[in-house]
Amino acid sequence: MDKPASVYFFGTCLIDMILPQAGLAAMRLLQREGIKVVYPQGQTCCGQPAYNSGYDKEARAVARRQLDAFPRDIPVVVPSASCAGMIKVQYPRLFAGTPDKGRADHLAARVYELTDFLARVLDWRRKDLGEPITVVLHHSCSARREMGVAEAATVLLSRLEHLETLEPDHAHECCGFGGTFSVKQPEISAAMAADKSMAIASTGAQVLVSQDGGCLMNLGGTLTRRFPDPSQRPAVKHIAELLWERTHEP
Amino acid sequence: MSPEFRVRVGQALGNERVRRNIRRAMDGLVLKRCKAFPDEHELTVLRRRGKLIRGHALANLPDLLRELERNCERNGIRVHWAETAEEGNGIVLDILRRHGAELVIKGKSMVSEEMGLNAYLEAQGIEPVETDLGEFILQLADERPSHIIGPAIHKDRLEVAELFANHFPEIPSGEDIEGLTAAARQIMREYFGRALAGISGVNFAVAETGTLCLVENEGNGRLCTTVPQVHIAVCGIEKVIARLDQLPPLLTLLTRSATGQPITTYVNMISGPRREGELDGPGEVHLVLLDNGRSRVHADRELRSILRCIRCGACMNHCPVYSRLGGHAYGTVYPGPIGSVLEPQLQGIDRLGDLPDASSLCGACGEVCPVRIPLPGLLRRLRAEGIRGRKGSRVIGRGSRRKPMHQLIWALWSRVNACPVLYRGLTGLATRLRWLVPTSLGPWSRTRAAPVIAPRSLHELARAEGLEGE
Amino acid sequence: MSAARDRILQRLRARHPAEPRPLPDNPVRRFDWTGEERLMRFKECLEAVRGEVAWVGEDWPRILFERLREKGAINLRYALDSDLGAELEQAWPDGDAIRLIPHREQVETCRQDLFSRTDAGLTGCLGGIAETGSLVLWPSVQEPRLLSLVPPIHAVVLEASRIRSTFHEFLVEEDWAGRGMPTNALLITGPSKSADIEQTLAYGVHGPKELLVLVRQDQGPAGLA
Repeated sequence: MDKPASVYFFGTCLIDMILPQAGLAAMRLLQREGIKVVYPQGQTCCGQPAYNSGYDKEARAVARRQLDAFPRDIPVVVPSASCAGMIKVQYPRLFAGTPDKGRADHLAARVYELTDFLARVLDWRRKDLGEPITVVLHHSCSARREMGVAEAATVLLSRLEHLETLEPDHAHECCGFGGTFSVKQPEISAAMAADKSMAIASTGAQVLVSQDGGCLMNLGGTLTRRFPDPSQRPAVKHIAELLWERTHEP
Repeated sequence: MSPEFRVRVGQALGNERVRRNIRRAMDGLVLKRCKAFPDEHELTVLRRRGKLIRGHALANLPDLLRELERNCERNGIRVHWAETAEEGNGIVLDILRRHGAELVIKGKSMVSEEMGLNAYLEAQGIEPVETDLGEFILQLADERPSHIIGPAIHKDRLEVAELFANHFPEIPSGEDIEGLTAAARQIMREYFGRALAGISGVNFAVAETGTLCLVENEGNGRLCTTVPQVHIAVCGIEKVIARLDQLPPLLTLLTRSATGQPITTYVNMISGPRREGELDGPGEVHLVLLDNGRSRVHADRELRSILRCIRCGACMNHCPVYSRLGGHAYGTVYPGPIGSVLEPQLQGIDRLGDLPDASSLCGACGEVCPVRIPLPGLLRRLRAEGIRGRKGSRVIGRGSRRKPMHQLIWALWSRVNACPVLYRGLTGLATRLRWLVPTSLGPWSRTRAAPVIAPRSLHELARAEGLEGE
Repeated sequence: MSAARDRILQRLRARHPAEPRPLPDNPVRRFDWTGEERLMRFKECLEAVRGEVAWVGEDWPRILFERLREKGAINLRYALDSDLGAELEQAWPDGDAIRLIPHREQVETCRQDLFSRTDAGLTGCLGGIAETGSLVLWPSVQEPRLLSLVPPIHAVVLEASRIRSTFHEFLVEEDWAGRGMPTNALLITGPSKSADIEQTLAYGVHGPKELLVLVRQDQGPAGLA
C-alpha cells in the first residue's frame, strides 16, 4: 500500500487512561512522516474484555460504536496488537449474521497495528540520537500469533543503531496478562508473570519495551513489586515512546 | 472459580518437584517438535492437509462409520457400538466373561481412561494390567495419567525407582533408567505370556479397508494385540478416516508433533483376526466404537472442529498454563487445551467451566495443532456458552456460568463504553480524581504494583491538539 | 447393539444432511533420490534409532551367523517354508554353535519356548522406507507376527532394490488398499524403546532389544538402479 494522506488513530482504552504519552508518541511518529492523523472523539474501547469473558452481546454493543467512529475508507492505526487483533480478526466473527457485518468487514480490512504500519507501509527509518542502550523487546501473543506483526517491531528496533536487543529465556511464552485472565486466574497469571519478569530482569537490559500496553502493565507491575528499587529493574516503555524518544530532537 | 479447581491449582503451583519435572519435559518436547519440522513450508502444507483429511472424515462421519463397520466385519473384526462409557464397559466385560478372562493386558488407551474401564473391570473381579511403561508406573502409584502421550511425565527417575523397589523388591532395578526399563521388561514378560485377552486403543480407523492403525515405541501394543486369544480395540467414533493413503500424512504429523520422532518404532495396521493357517494372532478381534457425547459435539458446526484432534499432545506441550500446572490440576482425563475444549462439552460447562477460563488465550496451542483446530476460538466460544448459549446450541450447562453480579458489571461497562459522551465524562473524572482511585485492585495487586491513571486522557490530549477533524 | 448404532448414526445425521465433500488432495509424497541415496538415507535413519545395518550378498547366512555369535545368541528361529529359510539352512555355518529352530507351530504350543528360550528371530520383509529408515513387514502364514516381536534379537533380510523413498509411495504404488490388507501389516523402525522415564530414551523394552537388517544387493552399493 502506498503512503496514505491521512489515517485514523484508535488509541485503545488502556492507553487512553494509563499510557496516553505512548498514544501521543505514536501519533507524533505518524505526523512526522507527513501523515495527517485523525483522532475521532467517538472512540472508546474495542470490546475485547467483554468478548473474551463470553459476554458477546455487551461486546457487540461497544464494538458497534467503533464501527460508527471510523467510517471513512482510510487506514486505522492501532498502538496495540491485541486491540488491533480484536477489530481485524474478531469483529468479522462478532458481527457475523448481523446487519453490521459489512461495516465490520470494512473496518477490519483497514486496521493496522502501529509497528506494522510503520515498517511495512512507511518503511520507517530514522537516525538513532540516543546513548547506547540494551533493550528486551517483549512480543505480545497477539503480535506474535493473531496479528503476525512481531517481526515489524524487531525490524524497527534493528534500525536504531545504538540500541541492542537481548532475548530472555522462554521468549515465546505468554507473560500471563491475558486481560481478564490476570484477574480471574490470578495464581496462574502471577506464576507466568513472575517467570517472565525474572527472565527479563536476568538479561540485565535497561529497558523493557512492547507493542502492547497490557503486557507492559503486567510485567511492569510485577517488576516494580519484585524490585522496589528502580535501579534494579528495567525501565518500561511502549515501543511508540521508545521510537519517538530515540529519534526526536527535543 | 470453583473451590476444588482453586485448590488443585494452588497445590500444583506449590509443588516444586512436579513443576520442575513438567517444565523440563515440556521444554524438551517443544524443542524436539521444532527440530522435527525444520521446513516451514512443508509444515504449513502438511497441517492444511491434515485439517482437510480430518475435516473430510467428520463431514462424512456417519457414512464412513458404516463403511468402516462393513469392511471390519468383512475382515472378521466384530464391531460394537456404545453410546455411553457404561455401555462400552459392559460390552468389554461381556467379551471378557465369555472367554473366562480374569486378567487382561492393556496397551495405552486414553479412551479406556475416559471410560473408567480399569476401575470398572477391577470391580467386576478382572485384573487389568497396563503394559505401557508410563501407564504401568502410574498403575503402581495408583495415579491417573497427567499427559496424553507421556502419562507419567510428572514423575522423575527417583520416584519411579522407589515404586519399583516397593512393589518388586525381588527384582534389582537400581535407580538408572536403563535398569528400571530392564526391570519393567522382565516383569511384563510374564503377563504377556499368560493373558487371555488384550485391550488397545486405536490411533486411526481406516474405513476403506477396515484397518485399525496403532502406533507405539515399546512393542507392548503389538504384544497385547497378537499374543492373547482376544483383542478388544476401543475407539472414539471420531477417529475414523476415509482412505488408507491418508495414513502417511497423518502419521508423520502425529509422531513429529507429539515427540519429534519421524516415525514411531512400530506402526501396526490390523485388519482382522488370525486367518486360516496362520500361526499366531488373536482368534477374535473386537472393535468398540464409543460415542459418549461426541455426536452432540459433532452437531455443532463450530465446536465440531475439536473432533479433528489426532491426540498428539502438542497443544499441552506448548501451553504456558499446562507447563506450570501439569495434567492432574485439570481434574479431567484429557488435560491442557484439548481437554479444556473437549471435557466441558462431554461433562457440561456447569461442571467444568473453569477450564476454558484457565487460559490467557495466548494462542500457542492453535499455532502448533497439526490439524489446525482453532483452539483459542473454541475456548472463547465455550466461555460465551457459559454465559449464554448461542442460538441452537446444545452445549450442556450453557448459561450456567452467568452470575448476576458479573452480568451487572458488564452491562454497566457496556453502557459506558457504548456511549462516547458518558465514556469521556467518566474517564475525565477518573483522571481528575486519580489519587482517590484505590491502588489495591484485589487479585491484581497481590503480586503487582497497580497501574496509575494518567493526569489527562489521550482523548483530552488529542482534543487539545485539534485532531478530531477530518 | 444395533439399536445403539442406529441411534448414534441418526444423531450424526440429524442436524446436517450428508455433505458430499470430495476427498481432499493427497499427492503422493516422494523424494527424488537415486538408489544409492535411498540406501544411504535408510541406513542413516535406522542407525539413528539403534538399528544395525549390514551389507550382504549371497553370503548373508554366514554374516548373520557371525553377528549372532558376537551377540552371544545360541539359537535362531525362522520361518520354515520360505525361500529365506531354504537359503539359511543350506548355508548355515555351524548348527551346533547356533541352533536353527524352524518355526512351524501355533503359538499356543510353543509359547514357553518362544518367550524364554529363543534368542533371535529371522524374517524377511516386503521392503524398506528410506525417509524414516523403516522396514515394511507383512506377516504371513509362513512368517508369523511374533517372530519379529518376541525374541530379543530380530534379524531381517531386506532386498536393496525394495527400498522406496516414503511410506506413502509404498502404500500407493503397491496398491495396498486394492490388493487387500494382511492381518497385521507393520512398519518397524529400530529396536523397541521408551522415553517414559524423564523423557530419556531407553532401548529394549517389550519388543526386541536389537534389530539387525541385512541389506542384500546384487552388486555393491554402486550397482543400484
